Formats: sequence, structure tokens, C-alpha cells
Amino acid sequence: MAQAHTDHDGSHGSYSAYLIGFVLAVILTVASFAAVMAHVLPPSMTIAVLTFLAIVQIVVHLVFFLHLNTSREQSWNLMCFIFAAATVIVIIGGTLFIMHDTAINMMSR
Amino acid sequence: MLGKLSFSAIPLDVPILVGTFLGVAVIGLAVLGAVTYYGKWGYLWREWLTTVDHKRLAVMYIILAIVMLFRGFADAIMMRTQLALAYNGNPGYLPPHHYDQVFSAHGTIMIFFMAMAFMTGLMNLVVPLQIGARDVAFPFLNSLSFYMTLVGALLINISLFIGEFAQCGWLVYPPLSEMQFSPGVGVDYYIWAVQIAGVGTLLTGVNFFTTIVKMRAPGMGWMQMPVFTWTAFCTTVLIMASFPVLTVTLALLSLDRYLGMHFFTNDAGGNVMLYVSMIWTWGHPEVYILVLPAFGVFSEVTATFSKKPLFGYNTMVYATCSIMVLSFVVWVHHFFTMGAGANVNTFFGIMTMIIAVPTGVKIYNWLFTMYKGRVEFTAPMYWTLGFMITFSIGGMTGVMLAMPAADWILHNSLFLIAHFHNVIIGGVYFGYIAGMGFWFPKAFGFKLNEAWGKRAFWCWFVGFYLAFVPLYILGLEGMTRRMNHYDNPDWYPWMLVAEAGAIVIACGIVCQLTQLYVSIRDRNLPENLDLTGDPWNGRTLEWSISSPPPAYNFAVIPDIHGLDTFHTEKQLGLKAHGKPLAPIHMPKNTSAGVFIGLFSFIFGFASVWYIWWLAAIGLIGIVATMILRSANRDVDYYVPVSEIEHNEEVYSRRIAAAQAAE
Repeated sequence: MAQAHTDHDGSHGSYSAYLIGFVLAVILTVASFAAVMAHVLPPSMTIAVLTFLAIVQIVVHLVFFLHLNTSREQSWNLMCFIFAAATVIVIIGGTLFIMHDTAINMMSR
Repeated sequence: MLGKLSFSAIPLDVPILVGTFLGVAVIGLAVLGAVTYYGKWGYLWREWLTTVDHKRLAVMYIILAIVMLFRGFADAIMMRTQLALAYNGNPGYLPPHHYDQVFSAHGTIMIFFMAMAFMTGLMNLVVPLQIGARDVAFPFLNSLSFYMTLVGALLINISLFIGEFAQCGWLVYPPLSEMQFSPGVGVDYYIWAVQIAGVGTLLTGVNFFTTIVKMRAPGMGWMQMPVFTWTAFCTTVLIMASFPVLTVTLALLSLDRYLGMHFFTNDAGGNVMLYVSMIWTWGHPEVYILVLPAFGVFSEVTATFSKKPLFGYNTMVYATCSIMVLSFVVWVHHFFTMGAGANVNTFFGIMTMIIAVPTGVKIYNWLFTMYKGRVEFTAPMYWTLGFMITFSIGGMTGVMLAMPAADWILHNSLFLIAHFHNVIIGGVYFGYIAGMGFWFPKAFGFKLNEAWGKRAFWCWFVGFYLAFVPLYILGLEGMTRRMNHYDNPDWYPWMLVAEAGAIVIACGIVCQLTQLYVSIRDRNLPENLDLTGDPWNGRTLEWSISSPPPAYNFAVIPDIHGLDTFHTEKQLGLKAHGKPLAPIHMPKNTSAGVFIGLFSFIFGFASVWYIWWLAAIGLIGIVATMILRSANRDVDYYVPVSEIEHNEEVYSRRIAAAQAAE
């Protein structure tokens, strides 16, 4: 109990960091909308671009708003994040692998 | 007004249930009457029901687990008796509708409310004491977790007397569990009981993860943590990673059932196989959630009673961590026959075989710990030795089942049933009972009776083999699981042997009850009292304080200088920290957990029966209690130095008395 309250570690970010994060997020959002609305790319390419922009958006949020970085105070958060991401990839990737293979093998699709 | 609920939902036409209800009612009234007669309601409310003390929550968890063990075992022996009778035209005494509920309830109760509750209870009792903490990181959440588990258990047991339980196995596979094939409330009881208990488990995971990461005593690095704490740590990681999958899977199933969606239905684009894959994505880590803490118990028990440090501490930690990671890449071995191609089955088959390697490492570590040790054959050690033999056999049949080719023959046969009971009884249950015997004096200040403990062990050990070796043979002879009756004359004698085994196990449970009774009766005998707080000459921090420990556990937080610091200091004759006492910051008891539990019960029950106004009341009650609790700033207090000094003095006098007695 007593120990739990002693260390409030990790910075809460600076004004400029929030501003940079906000601008980046806006640019990425606008770029996503533009990619769809401009109709310059074929649909499959549009989806690929959107996926890429979404992943970059996640990283921007993590770094600028959730203050995830490689500093010592953040090592636990970073490690938990990496573990969670790895688990999610294993679960979703594994499920897709299984269901895809099953569908082909059983000719259910 | 009352949704689907009507008077006809009460199964007055089933004599077994009416008898059970009368029995439960009589025992329940007797308990309530006794509490009233002795005027203990205030004590019960202040000291137990509203407590946030991890040690008391541990006791309540384990009591819940033992009660659920009776319920689950009653289901088990009913099934065995049915199969010993229902042969060659005899329908037995359980019609299929009832029998299907019995096997579904047996699995659900034993996993979610016996094993999980027992595991959480042991973690609650031991982890904060082993790492030198005064409580868990979030004491109120700990109390809330308990009530969520309790509400789940209550819902599942209410289904005995109001309505029905699921009839589609303990993992309620669709399409059988969809509205089309299970229009009753059985599956809904399952969904809400497991979802509500799942919230509690998830909170426990977060709570203990934070506790272990943040609240270790100064100097206790990762590789100075006791092995039980390591296994608890890996279990919390597995809980946090896998329980959300269960929640989502069951939520999708309830959307199908309640809102007519088509995630897992046969038609309209539903995919039944996706459910099977998702539920086992949770289900496989779940078995490691249960068994890892049992491995931790065996490590502590073996080292203590062999009077040696644990052999291969580092490899034990690495083995635990690799099991944790590998448990996420093996789940297809539960459904090799579903229709995936050779690529999928081979990959998951090989991963499954690999997971036997770290487990084997552990077995050898325990054997080498005992090697050349002066092994003291106490009851916990009996359970440990029984585990090593039984679990090894279970592990080997597991590797057999990991071969997809063999699994195609053995899938869903009694061979599989024998295999997983072999690892769950032989691994999980033996481990928890060993842990209960080992830490019982820490919780209550007196030891459990050894003779009755050993009798219980022999009954369970012999009973287990009598009950489950026939099932291996029957599985190889082609008998499938969940069968209500049969006419193959070759199977009949084996079913009789299995029934005899179940009866021997029942004797084991009676021995365990007798053990509790005898131990409580003889608690003040000098050989049973634990005055020093260290009855086994233990190695880890929990044995450095009085039994039972004060609410704040440690008067002074110990400094850790290495693995088994307490044991090293004891050997060197170092004593007394000499650090000045200071007021201790502690959490206050709260009734918020009780009320959130109560409203969750109302919410769950109302949702099962489609009584939506009542469900709304339950939900509002949960949120309102939560807000009230958050607004309450008066949640902590300081234990004054005078009180700590007094407790320390009493403890010193008890140690002196124990030394004088020697």
C-alpha cells in the first residue's frame, strides 16, 4: 500500500510535444481522407495506404500523447506494449492462418 | 414483467433437484441460524465481508473453492453412477436432458469456480507475504474481484433450482448453443456467470501484476523472487492476455443469442469454426493459468521439506516464462479434427510437443532438489510426490494427443477425458491441496492434521488411478465422451471400475473434511500450534512474520540481499532489523465490493431471464456504487506505532514460549 503511492514516474509531456503530435495526427487524418476521396489510386492500393497511415497514426499517438519512449522510466510500459502487441499479432495472425487453411482444406469458401 | 421467468421454471418434477434444494436450504438455514444465535453478524460483516485484507480474501476464496469442489464432485459421481448403470437397455437414472446439464456444469464449475478460485486464493495469501508487501496494489479491486467470482458461482448454482443449465458442454460450442438449438436459459446462465466471474479474474490479474512489479521489498530483484511469486507473475500475464479473448468470444455469442446476430450461426454468414478457434485461444492459456501456480507450490514445498535450496532456480524461472509464451501458440491441438490442413496441424502439433520440454525441466529440477536432501515426508510432500508420478503420465499422454494422426483417433474419446483429468487432478488439484497444507499454519496459526492429510492423499491417489485408467482403456476401445448410455459389453466392467474409483475419491474428500474438523478441534495442542510463524523451517519471507500475520503483514519492510534471504539470515543467526517503527499506511475496509456484487447478481439474473427493467436497476446500482466509492476520500488510515509495538511484543513472547518448550 505505502509503496504504491511513492513513485509517480514518467513525464507528462511538454506543450511543444503535444503540438507536434497534434499537427502530425491532423496531417495523417487529412491524408487518409484525401487518399479515399481523391480516387487517384485503385481500391487495393487505397486500402494498403490507409493501413499504413493508420499504423503511423497509432505510433504518433503512442509517442506524443501516451509518452511511450525508450527511456528508463518507460521501460515497463514499453515492454508491456511490445508483449501485448506480440500477443495480439500471434492471436490474430494465428486465427487467420487457421481459418484460411481450414476454409481452403474444407472448400467451405 | 418477469420476462421468461414463470413458476414452471422451478423443476419440481425432478426429485434429485428437489432433494438437493432441501439439503442446501437446511444447511443454509443452519449456517444463518448459527451466525444469528452466536450474534456474529456484526463480526462477519466488519471483519470478513467488507475486508480488503488479502489474507482474509484468500480464506474466503478457498472456502468458495471447497464448496464448489463438493458441487463439482457431486456432478462427477452422478455421471459415473449413470454410466455404471446405463448399460444394455437400462436407461440409468439421469435422462439425457438432465445428464447433459450435469456434465456441462461439472466442467464449468470445476474450472471457473473451483480451480480458479483456489488459485486466486493461494495467490492472495502468499504473494504479498513472499515479496514483503503490506497488501496488494489495489486492495478494493481485490475485494471486488472476490465478489465477482462469488456472483458467478451463485448464478451457476441458482440455475439448479430456477430454470436449467447449459446442455452443450463446458465451452458451449455453437451451433448447439445458439438460440435455434438451445432456446432455454441454460446457455444464458453460462454466459453471465462466466462473464461476471471473468471480470473478477481480469481485475485479479491486473492487481497482482502491479503488486509484483511495483511492491517488492527493497533489494528484491527479479531473480531474487521466490518461485511461487514467479509462477503467479506469469499467471497474471496470461490472465491479462487471454481473458479478454474469452470475454469477446462470449460477448459475440450473446449478441447472437440476444440480438439475433450471426457470428457463429449456421446460416447468414456465421462461422461456427471461428468460435472453436477463439474459445481455445483463451482455453489453452487458461490451463497454464491454473497449473503454473501449482508448479510454484511444488517448488516451495520440495525445497522446504528437502531442506535444500531449490535445484536450478534460474532454469525454473526460464521454464516458467517459456511455458507462458508457448501456451499462446498451441491452441489448435484442441481441434485437430476440425478440418485444417497439414500445415496448421503440424505447426501446432510440434509447438505442443515443445511445451513438454520446459515442463520436463521442472520435473527434473524437483527430483534433483530432493536428491541428497533430508526429505521430510509431510502431507504436502506426499501430494508433491503423487503429482510427479501422475503428472508425468498425464504429460506423456498429452504428447501422444499432440500428434495430429493419433489425435484423429482419440479426439473426444474418453482417452482425452482421462488425459486432462490426469493433468488437472494430478497437477492442479494435488498442487493446490499441497499449498493449502503448506500455508494453512500461516493463515490460521495452527497446522493441519498430518494423519488425515495422508489418508486423504492415498484415497485421492488410488481413487484417481481407479477412476481414470479405465477411461484411457475405454478411449482406446472407442468410447466417446458425454455418452448417456451404451450397449457395448466390453465397456461395462471398466465403467464399474471407474465408479469404484469415484467412490474412493469421495472417501478422500471425506478424509479432507475430517482433517479440517480434527485440526480445528486440536488446534491448541502444543504440537499443532504455530507460535514461531515458521513451522517448517521455511525459506521465504512469509515465514519471517507471525502466524497469522497482523493486518499490515510486516512491522518493518525487510531488506533483501539475495534469494532466500530469510533462510540465510536464519542460518547466520542474524536477528532483529533494529529499524525504528513508523506508523503504517493501510486501506480501510469497504462495503462497496459487496454492493457491486449484489447489483451484478441482480443484473446477471435479470439478463438471463430477460427482465430488462431489473437488469437496468442492477446496472444503475453498479455504476452508482462505483461513483460513490470514487467520491469517498476516507479510504485509508494509519496504524499507530503503539499498536505495532504491542503486536511485536506479543509475537516475541510467543517465540520465547516456543523456545522454552523446546
